[in-house]
Amino acid sequence: MRTVINKMSLKFESRSVNEAFARQSVGAFVAQLDPTMEELGDIKTVVSEAVTNAIVHGYADKTGFITVTVRLFAGRLLEIKIKDTGCGIENVEQARRPMFTTGDDTRSGMGFTIMETFTDKLRVRSAPGRGTIVTMVKLLRERGT
Amino acid sequence: MLQITQAEQDGTLTICLTGELDHHAARAAIGQAEDLLVLYPCEKLVLDLSGLTFMDSSGLAVVLHLHRTCARCGYDFVVRGTPPQPMRVFDAAGLPQVMIFERGE
Repeated sequence: MRTVINKMSLKFESRSVNEAFARQSVGAFVAQLDPTMEELGDIKTVVSEAVTNAIVHGYADKTGFITVTVRLFAGRLLEIKIKDTGCGIENVEQARRPMFTTGDDTRSGMGFTIMETFTDKLRVRSAPGRGTIVTMVKLLRERGT
Repeated sequence: MLQITQAEQDGTLTICLTGELDHHAARAAIGQAEDLLVLYPCEKLVLDLSGLTFMDSSGLAVVLHLHRTCARCGYDFVVRGTPPQPMRVFDAAGLPQVMIFERGE
């Protein structure tokens, strides 16, 4: 079991204007691990994807709260958890398939593919009518001294 | 925030996106780009992304939408000057295999 060295949590309404707030906040928090520009870009991208999914799909016809929790572990490991209490996903396997989308023409169906590609581990837990928790784990590269 | 500007010369319309392209900005970006294609009839559309500071998969939807519009109208379509972070998103989705990405100016 790795030691948690820092943790933060953010709770905000499911409004699209908050997508930038969420990714920039997480980016600012993980900056203490001195990630590369590429790693920081990947982290902001996956947060944006998961938060957008919660807004567009989880709370499609209402406004609810999204909670983003980030834990930093010893050994440059970080875990990002994005939780909504929206409608949930009926078929997670189908939702994770590339190009699959139930969204409009501003959605590409590539959100989960991007999350999978840019992290080391992606877990999606969802219960129809109760909500979705997306958990992503990323190991940052060691930086030279 | 995303800003959209355009320049037209010799049948080429260049649309420049500056700032952050996410789901919040995507709908306006598609609408404005479609309006510009109506206002400035052209033979070629260049989408200049050199001013983008962030893009997620919503940007894929914007680019794919413009790619389809240009194919339907018979216009050439090129994406130019994509910075590293948006390029990683395009690469992950395999878009360089289906359309032209040019480096800087």
